[in-house]
Amino acid sequence: MKIRRLSRLLPVAPAILLLLVFLLAPVAWSFYASFTDAALTGKAAREPQWVGAENYVRMFTDDAFPMATWLTVVFVAASAVLGQNLLGLLIALLMTRSRKTVSDWVGTAVVAAWVLPEIVAAFAAYAYFNRDGTLNQILAALGTHGLDWLYSFPLVAIILANTWRGTAFSMLVYRAALGNVPRDVSEAALMDGARGWQRLTFITLPLIRNSIATNLMLITLQTLAVFTLIWVMTAGGPANASTTLPVLAYQEAFKFGDIGYGTAVASVLILLGMVFGAVYVWLLRERRA
Amino acid sequence: MRPVKTMRSMKIVAAIAVAAILAGVTSCSSTPDAAGKTTLKIVYQKTDAFTALDAVMQDAKKEFEAANSGVTVDLQPIQANDDDYGTKLALAQRSPDTAPDVFYEDTFKVRSDVDAGYLLKLDSYLGKWEDWAKFSEAAKAAGRADDGGIYAVPLGTDTRAIWYNKAVLQKAGIAVPWQPESWDDILAMARKVKAADSTVIPFTMYAGKGTGEGTVMQSFYELLYGTGSTLYDEDQRKWVVGSQGFTDSLAFLKTLYDEKLAVSPAEALDANVWKKVFGEWFPQGKLAATVEGSYAPSFWKKGGAYEWAGYEQDMAVAAFPTQKGQEPGSVSMSGGWTLAVGAGTKSPDLSFQFLATALNKKNALAYDINNSQIAVRTDVAAEAGYLAANPFVKDVSALVDVTRYRPATADYPRISTAVQVATESVITGRQSPQEAAAEYDATVRKLVGEDKVLQR
Repeated sequence: MKIRRLSRLLPVAPAILLLLVFLLAPVAWSFYASFTDAALTGKAAREPQWVGAENYVRMFTDDAFPMATWLTVVFVAASAVLGQNLLGLLIALLMTRSRKTVSDWVGTAVVAAWVLPEIVAAFAAYAYFNRDGTLNQILAALGTHGLDWLYSFPLVAIILANTWRGTAFSMLVYRAALGNVPRDVSEAALMDGARGWQRLTFITLPLIRNSIATNLMLITLQTLAVFTLIWVMTAGGPANASTTLPVLAYQEAFKFGDIGYGTAVASVLILLGMVFGAVYVWLLRERRA
Repeated sequence: MRPVKTMRSMKIVAAIAVAAILAGVTSCSSTPDAAGKTTLKIVYQKTDAFTALDAVMQDAKKEFEAANSGVTVDLQPIQANDDDYGTKLALAQRSPDTAPDVFYEDTFKVRSDVDAGYLLKLDSYLGKWEDWAKFSEAAKAAGRADDGGIYAVPLGTDTRAIWYNKAVLQKAGIAVPWQPESWDDILAMARKVKAADSTVIPFTMYAGKGTGEGTVMQSFYELLYGTGSTLYDEDQRKWVVGSQGFTDSLAFLKTLYDEKLAVSPAEALDANVWKKVFGEWFPQGKLAATVEGSYAPSFWKKGGAYEWAGYEQDMAVAAFPTQKGQEPGSVSMSGGWTLAVGAGTKSPDLSFQFLATALNKKNALAYDINNSQIAVRTDVAAEAGYLAANPFVKDVSALVDVTRYRPATADYPRISTAVQVATESVITGRQSPQEAAAEYDATVRKLVGEDKVLQR
């Protein structure tokens, strides 16, 4: 019996092995490195020393770290939890009522941003918000002056870009979820005289709450880790105004060659992801009970 | 769900570790196999705008393989900017299995990379290399580490000066050749140009983190070293804080940006601003002058990234003056790149031989001409072809007399960033020069510790 159960694991063994080697090992290594002064160059590159929690203590005296944490939370809240999530839900709701041709066209337009490789989407967003970019050309054609968006409002530009890029995922999740909402419940509510928004808040949303929680979890974790988009659009500037934790970790580890501190920042990022994940898992269970 | 999450949030960290893990898979350092065949791995930088070194390496490979049968030279150019190239090289050097045998190394990284144990000491090989005597004394020092040994051999060097467009200056009624004697002379010229044509950028200097090392090498250090102050006291091995020169230098940048004599702060912070300087503003006569490297003609000459037929007639060079004209009258900064041999190479003799081939007279001459470098070999410097490469060779070479080098300690990259941040705060108006200088001082104290700081 025991052997049979073990043999069932055999087909997934290669996948588990790969995950261990390529995902868990780097995480473990990075966690270990965050307690050393490992560096890309200098003496510490040859003989990294164990420095205990020094890198973590340094975070609280370093002005850049609290700011990066705050920017990361704002970025995730605005572009994922609010932007992608709400916009995706809204589009999905509208699509259930629109004609097929309209919903097909809208769906294609939204998904187009999502299927682009991240680097291409990032360059497109850069070209759009750039000083001589599409947005300012449109504004000029309308007779108004544009701003230097990436300089004056770097975080806003990045939030909009990430919302544009990621909304398709939420839309797809919600379209599938709304498709599974039984019509008769909604119709019964209609017969009882429930208005549109009442049907939405009391019938539809509670029925798809599991999808909402799953969607929130996925897009939050994806957005936490966004690097390419920010790096291409602003490289974290100006004056660290768009330096989120992944950008900070990259700068510390690779620009300054301080792998110890960089991996410490990355470890905090993992921790933050776990906290968000735990909160969503908890929400999911709570509602089921 | 877990794998997705882990994969996404670990992208950055994975990059560090993947190099270490893949090391076991992609072992390709010099490995003499049973048949006596040896492969040398050569790593260097190549970009759309920088192909001169690639050409030299291709030639050296042919030459070397013809002279040494049984040896294969494996050229591995890395397509990246200077920063990313340095990172990629350092990651490869972390494991003996991925470390290159011969590589292209920035002079200012030599000392810290020697500390890291990445570079092979070359003294015993150089003693037997007859060409070594042909290198100038300053050039020999470029690859010297703290222990006095030589670890790298320079390909060429560079200096920095004011590049100005003669046509634009003449239109504003300024006599050329123009040579400012003090900072005030620069401002006087710039104001005159602005008064004559307000659409022209009179005199811009890099600032902010966007242009990275360009901000310090082609702007701030020319100012700082012209005030009599310095960044790092070489004798005491301490970083200087609280100097009046530092504040004055920031104040000069503030004047340039506040009076709109320079580009707008937003343009200055764009990492690609230098491309506009070379590719658009100078050729189109929209920029009167800026501080740039002696390699500027490499962009404009035939085959360069921003070909401009008129540059030899329109452009001219002036030395950057000291603050009030004090001795030695002008300031310049030098950098430059070297070739070095990996400390872990399995074929040190062959690796050095390849380095010597790539740096022989023929290859060095081709490289210095194609990349507008200042020659470090005296026999190349005397070649008619080198002197005729562009009309500015003589002017920029003369600056070698007053030039300075960066303090290439392991702390340097962070200090450099702190300087860039100070310039950024000042040109954007976030801080006054005094406030920005005070913040720089505080940052330096925190970075290197109180015992490595020299209060002025």
